[in-house]
Amino acid sequence: MGLFFIKCKEAGHVCDKYQYEEASITEKIKLKIHLMYCSACRKHSASNKKLSQLLNKIKFQFLSSEEKDNIKKSFEKELKKHQQ
Amino acid sequence: MPKHTLNPNNWVDLYSDYLFNYTITRVNDRVIAQDLVSETFLAGLNAMKNFKGEAAERTWLISILKRKIIDYYRKINSNKGKAEVRMTYNDSESEGDWLEERIADPFDKTAEDSIENEELADAIQSCIAKLPKKQAEVFKKKTILNQETETISKELNITASNLWVIVHRARVALASCLEKNWF
Repeated sequence: MGLFFIKCKEAGHVCDKYQYEEASITEKIKLKIHLMYCSACRKHSASNKKLSQLLNKIKFQFLSSEEKDNIKKSFEKELKKHQQ
Repeated sequence: MPKHTLNPNNWVDLYSDYLFNYTITRVNDRVIAQDLVSETFLAGLNAMKNFKGEAAERTWLISILKRKIIDYYRKINSNKGKAEVRMTYNDSESEGDWLEERIADPFDKTAEDSIENEELADAIQSCIAKLPKKQAEVFKKKTILNQETETISKELNITASNLWVIVHRARVALASCLEKNWF
């Protein structure tokens, strides 16, 4: 029986992995069992899930490292002039 | 409250992604967005002596960027010349002026959704910007760039369990930050 009961710390870790679809089936079962009797983790799990939903809802666009370098180069040129 | 200071040496590393994301949701063109971010940094540099230390560096830069975006839209509007507005009443195809054609389509929620998502993106970005540097870096790589755990831990020279601890802290901080600023 002890096999299926985990501590809050591990439950939190599994819950995080769950958000990235990296939890195994056994881990998921353990988490579900833990959530049945632990209200603190239930709360955390719900807000963690909500966060994932929000993050999925929006599309992030980042600068490629090349684009960032271009901005950096042109800025540093000006910066040097200023610091002379 | 301590006075805020400016440190332009770190600007590009710290704020370029944040400013770029803010711009791209508003101008929808990668090249123009990059130009505007670049211009913002330069304008900031030239205006450093006007900085009173009342706002955080990031807030101050965003306020410059906002002006740049407004200027950009003003410019493209004046390029268009004088707009011609033509109204046709009573053309043969649709006789009369139907009230139904004038009201907003209640089933078209896309505009509202995109505004909400824009605000959500701002909220998330500013919450990420408040995280400690290392946490923000790991979180971005893992969550937004969807990199493998192994790749990140190799690149940053940390163990996988260390990475998960950092991700966990970042998620908890983000959730509580968003709870304050979004819900």
